[in-house]
Amino acid sequence: MAKLFSKSHEWVEMTDETTAVIGLTDYAQKELGGLVFVNLPEEGDDITAGETFADVESVKAVSDVISPVTGVVSEVNEELLDAPESINEAPYEAWFVKVSDITEKEELLTEEEYDAFVAAL
Amino acid sequence: MAEEQLKRTSLYETHLKYGGKIVPFAGWELPVQYDAGVINEHNAVRTAAGMFDVSHMGEIICKGPDALANINMLLTNDFTGMEDGHARYSPMCNENGGVVDDMIVYKKNDYEYMMVVNAANKEKDFRWMKNHQFGDVEFLDISDSISQISLQGPKAITILKKLVSESDIPKEYYTCNWSVDMCGHDVTISTTGYTGEDGVEIYAPWDAAPAIWDALYDAGKDEGLLTCGLGARDTLRLEAGMPLYGHEMDDTITPREALLSVFVKMDKEDFIGKSAIEAKTPPARKKVGLEVLGRGIVRENMDVYKEGKKIGRTTSGTMCPYIKKAVACALIDSEERVLGEEVEVDVRGRRIKAVMCKSQFYTKG
Repeated sequence: MAKLFSKSHEWVEMTDETTAVIGLTDYAQKELGGLVFVNLPEEGDDITAGETFADVESVKAVSDVISPVTGVVSEVNEELLDAPESINEAPYEAWFVKVSDITEKEELLTEEEYDAFVAAL
Repeated sequence: MAEEQLKRTSLYETHLKYGGKIVPFAGWELPVQYDAGVINEHNAVRTAAGMFDVSHMGEIICKGPDALANINMLLTNDFTGMEDGHARYSPMCNENGGVVDDMIVYKKNDYEYMMVVNAANKEKDFRWMKNHQFGDVEFLDISDSISQISLQGPKAITILKKLVSESDIPKEYYTCNWSVDMCGHDVTISTTGYTGEDGVEIYAPWDAAPAIWDALYDAGKDEGLLTCGLGARDTLRLEAGMPLYGHEMDDTITPREALLSVFVKMDKEDFIGKSAIEAKTPPARKKVGLEVLGRGIVRENMDVYKEGKKIGRTTSGTMCPYIKKAVACALIDSEERVLGEEVEVDVRGRRIKAVMCKSQFYTKG
């Protein structure tokens, strides 16, 4: 499945109608700079489209990561906890959470639309 | 501050050329980091060298026959008997013992001193000094004519030696050489800094900075020198336990509370704030270092708890890139300050464990 993108710079890969994988975009990791800490939700947590579900920290600042979907966290990428820099190194492989029981989605952009959106920022 | 009022140092175009990411800071447009990023810049200073544009700092001259008497009254440290070409750190207090600013004072001769102050406080400091001056003395704000480049790290002196002769570099810590020819410009080189490493700060004529910057970079790039922004400047000073005005001290925090008593000379006859500091001894609250034990990063202005009771607030906090630890400084109730004991910090609703320690988290090897 092709990745879709939120305007708050998360990527979503829908694995089927109601499940997805979520991460942070390349643009976001570049803007944030070297990441040194990630705070993730727990398996079973409810997350809501448009609301914070995780945060990432560089040496300078904390940034919220917004969920592009409403659903239930089915898996957490705990490897990020020990290696937050992997988000900088490979943002499209460093997934944050897998979500199931998705009932709602934010407005999501295609790669082309997202590139144009970022170019205009 | 409105954007149109932001000032630029003479290195502004140079920063763009070197990939600097410009942000507003204390009324100036300065690079927060370059392409290498804060972590690499920080570690370059610990292991090789880094250079910073600190031209935003203010320089105020105090001169006249009563210069020493004025400085000794304005500042908490004692400048009596200081040798020419030496530098000394000092807080400057208000009548309540709070800190107006902290600065480095250089002695040119018995009649002239140079004070290097924080950019954000310069106007306030200059007014304060002029409002309290007495006798035959003059205060001059020369900040607009001086650029300042800080070259820091174990390789700093090696790099500098490629551009000036060894005899031009002051040997002793906190001393300066007033007149050195560097790239055809007359500069002052001082063995001071804000990183916890060896290094120098170079005071140059305003327009000379771009040529000196390029020359230093060319001399240093093969030694691992990186250009560094405000981000690394802050993480380096915090890792080395150095206080920052507006964080560890301000108009309401006394130097004693900020653990700067060594720079407060109570045996001086008088200075502004002396009686207030005396009256507040021992201080009800004190600075403490915190090393974070739990998962997370403590930032400034977070509440600190001990056994469920709020005992103070953090003043600075970050993840230190070299020691790879999350640390913070806090101002807490003095009676709760027991090094080695645990506290909790409220990090956006989560209580994270930390242990109290001295605030010098890193010491140069």
